[in-house]
Amino acid sequence: MTKTHVTTTINGEVTEFLCEPGATLLAVLRNELQLTGTKEGCGTGDCGACSVTLNGRLVCSCLVLGVEAEGAEIGTVEGIGGIDKLHIIQEKFLEHAALQCGICTPGLIVSTKALLAENPEPTEKEARYYLAGNLCRCTGYDKIIRAVMDSAEAMRGDA
Amino acid sequence: MANVIFSSELQRLTGEEHTCVIATNYRDLVAELLNRYEKLTEDEILNMAVSIDGEIIHDPLLEAVSPESEVHFLFRISGG
Amino acid sequence: MSEAREYKYIGRRTIRPDGFDKVTGRANYGADLSLPGMIWGKILRSPYAHAVIKSIDSSKAEAHPDVMAVVTYQDYPAVSSGGFEPGDGPTDLCDLARNILADDKALYHGHAIAAIAARTEAAAEEALSLIDIDYEVLPPVMDVADAMQPGSPVLHEDLFTKGLAEQPEKASNIATRMELKKGDIEAGFAAAEVIIERDFYTPTVHQGYIEPHATTVRYDEDGQSMIWCSTQGHFDVRASTAKLLSMDLGKLKVIASEIGGGFGGKTTVYLEPVALMLSKKSGRPVKMVMTRDEVFRASGPGSATRSTVKIGAKKDGTITAMQAKLCFEAGAFKGSPMGPGCMTVFTPYDVENIYIEGYDVVVNKPKVAAYRAPGAPQAEFAAEMVINELADELNIDPIELRLQNAAKEGTQTVYGPKLKAVGLVECLEAAKNSPHYKQALAENQGRGLAAGFWFNIGGQSSVIINMNPDGTGTIVEGNPDIGGSRASMQLMAAEELGIDVSKLNPIVADTEHVPYSATTGGSRTTFATGMAVIEAAQDVVRQMKERAAAVWNVTVEQVDWSDGVAINTAGEDRLTAAEICQGADRTGGQISGRGNINARGAGPSFAVHLCDVEVDMETGKTAVVRYTAIQDAGKAIHPGYVEGQYQGGAVQGIGWALNEEYIYNEDGVMENAGFLDYRIPLASDLPMIDTIIVEVPNAFHPFGVRGVGETGIVPPLAAVATAVSDAIGVRMTNLPCSPPRVLKAIQDTA
Repeated sequence: MTKTHVTTTINGEVTEFLCEPGATLLAVLRNELQLTGTKEGCGTGDCGACSVTLNGRLVCSCLVLGVEAEGAEIGTVEGIGGIDKLHIIQEKFLEHAALQCGICTPGLIVSTKALLAENPEPTEKEARYYLAGNLCRCTGYDKIIRAVMDSAEAMRGDA
Repeated sequence: MANVIFSSELQRLTGEEHTCVIATNYRDLVAELLNRYEKLTEDEILNMAVSIDGEIIHDPLLEAVSPESEVHFLFRISGG
Repeated sequence: MSEAREYKYIGRRTIRPDGFDKVTGRANYGADLSLPGMIWGKILRSPYAHAVIKSIDSSKAEAHPDVMAVVTYQDYPAVSSGGFEPGDGPTDLCDLARNILADDKALYHGHAIAAIAARTEAAAEEALSLIDIDYEVLPPVMDVADAMQPGSPVLHEDLFTKGLAEQPEKASNIATRMELKKGDIEAGFAAAEVIIERDFYTPTVHQGYIEPHATTVRYDEDGQSMIWCSTQGHFDVRASTAKLLSMDLGKLKVIASEIGGGFGGKTTVYLEPVALMLSKKSGRPVKMVMTRDEVFRASGPGSATRSTVKIGAKKDGTITAMQAKLCFEAGAFKGSPMGPGCMTVFTPYDVENIYIEGYDVVVNKPKVAAYRAPGAPQAEFAAEMVINELADELNIDPIELRLQNAAKEGTQTVYGPKLKAVGLVECLEAAKNSPHYKQALAENQGRGLAAGFWFNIGGQSSVIINMNPDGTGTIVEGNPDIGGSRASMQLMAAEELGIDVSKLNPIVADTEHVPYSATTGGSRTTFATGMAVIEAAQDVVRQMKERAAAVWNVTVEQVDWSDGVAINTAGEDRLTAAEICQGADRTGGQISGRGNINARGAGPSFAVHLCDVEVDMETGKTAVVRYTAIQDAGKAIHPGYVEGQYQGGAVQGIGWALNEEYIYNEDGVMENAGFLDYRIPLASDLPMIDTIIVEVPNAFHPFGVRGVGETGIVPPLAAVATAVSDAIGVRMTNLPCSPPRVLKAIQDTA
């Protein structure tokens, strides 16, 4: 099968790759670009472990084709925080012990960042509904929601 | 003498609920039990956990047993 | 003992040492490793729930240009039936082999039949359809009650019931019958003034870890084969895989990746022995990752059960007799958690007369795996529902009824020893005094309360603490960190050494770098591996004191160790741990402490949960509106992660009670094998989960620790179902309390 040449921007860096027409963006990120921070939990858009942003919009990368990344801006967990300084959301997740196994965490960090970009002052209920697409089996969500609400407050404080 | 209490499962093989054994360690205690009960096999015993004075032990061998000890054989549990 | 001791580190909410990697996506999980020259493996699975495999023809698949190996059951060395212990519990090797790849029979829809390795994942998937299999389809047996009927189709012609008075002559689906008793059950019921007997059903459920099973392997004929995988116990993966491929343990290295949830479901092997055989045949590294569909159809699940519980009591609330019949589905091969179900069902109660019988029964569903407190949630659900009904019947507050009959220090358990100090009464008191219990309910709301009991297990753990020349230390352990256990190890080592947590780095080593350690499971890691950490740290301190004594030319007895500093009691000298490590080259070489133990003295943990729900009377949909989880931790090493265990267990239990179930069609095919239709709780389904940590120290542990990981899933089934029952005025005895079932219950009474 002929591969398609795709030029895209991932976490601010212009990136090129060749991909099969049927390959998902998730498969491209993980298997071609070695960006394994984005996780696969279901492959059917039900768990949110593969959450990334596509032109600022939160999507499940398992439901996006690699070729759809052409000309787009992709944001993954690898683009959030850095060696020197974690993002506030990441710090709050650690402070609140909001992860146990950690497999859902990259997706939740990406989703929380998208939530707070859209709605800097969410109610608990708004946060719970926005993050309803990110399954976590370990925590019961309590500490995640606390981390999200605390992040929102801290980020508003910074502004 | 140590008081040995059998689970319902082991009672089928021993024919009694408990017995008294003179032994200073677990290995000797088991040897005495195997000697005493014809139907009881070593496999049967080794597949069970044991509690000596309330402390559950999975693979005892040289564990000390005192004359006042209460020894239970119990179904081995693992977990999730 | 812990009460007297003031702690400097234990009890602190430190940032977990593996946290940075986990919030930045750097942590590597099962599917994250690729190797040069790697190819992909895929599994062909049975389309039938029960069928004889008459022949397998893989010649067309082998001719596919991208296919590099095909593997079936026949490729493995012959195994004989019988027990073998990869780790914590005995496993029948023959069953294990036939679960990984079917021999002559497919025993559930999704049962692995053959595997293919090909250059790409897509090619492997495509080539699966080239394998021709001739099946003779048999009627499936899908329910424990049907499977126990004398005329039922039999799954295994060589399965004869164990535990009967007489050795049976005919094969059946009942693998084992077990009995536990205490006192005189008939006299107990004769003395009762009120007797309640009810039947219960719990469905097949899945552990639902978010990370699918995944592995990357490389077979090396001469040297060291390697398995990288997501597992709760890499030593047990090594044991099982080496056994199935007839290899020496020393020729197989297993590296535990970070693990994306397990809850018991990753305590066995599915892919690893298959991938390694594909690698052996193809000569290439092989990667295999299950799809979510495969995870549901061919891994896990937790047992479905049918049970009957009968309880008798005096009018004053004294329980005189408790009886249970517990029938557990094992899935396609024997080995359900019926045993622990029997052992836990009535343990929260100090009652004279008890009779319990349990059945382990095979059906055409995937072989069950351990699921958090295996067997206890199903069994105790039934018991707690009857206790709550009894409280209503006697018009006694459910907490008071439990307090009146609560198990405590000295209670004779039905399974063996008398209990040591336990915290059930304290949990019940905490529930009674909680703001939650005092809050009034609104319209269409109901409240439920339930107690729960689970053991924690000991077993082997090995830890090495390597001190570095700058005084920092590396804690080398062999237990995959599934929920923050590195943080606990770090805190316990810091406490014992007197060295700050920031200077101690815990790592989970592969099977070559630390001696055997039993699986992360059975609520054992912080308890047992923690004990090994303490022992290794004490070994380090002992050596530190020896070095200081040598430097000062005094005896070791003259050296004290306090807060990471050696003190010369015969003089003014002080040497810090860092100074001793810096000078270690001149005092005998580097310092390293070991703790290779077989931990005993595990302390059971009791819990009490309180749940308020609100039911939509028009749709039958239930919302949990308030929830409090109370549990005895013995001593909480890292309270944040202890609370996390309580909350996580509670929510898994809420899912079990309200939504989760395997739905099968009449052919034995699961119809909801995905997260959309097998609905685990979402953030939007839940309120905050309040927690209360009770601390009644475990007398057998230096810090008083009890295992806390599993008990939290035990009470929710009955707490939630009782709350729903309270809201709608109908007793819900079958789980889950899903909207259709609740609506039907409402309509049937209307």
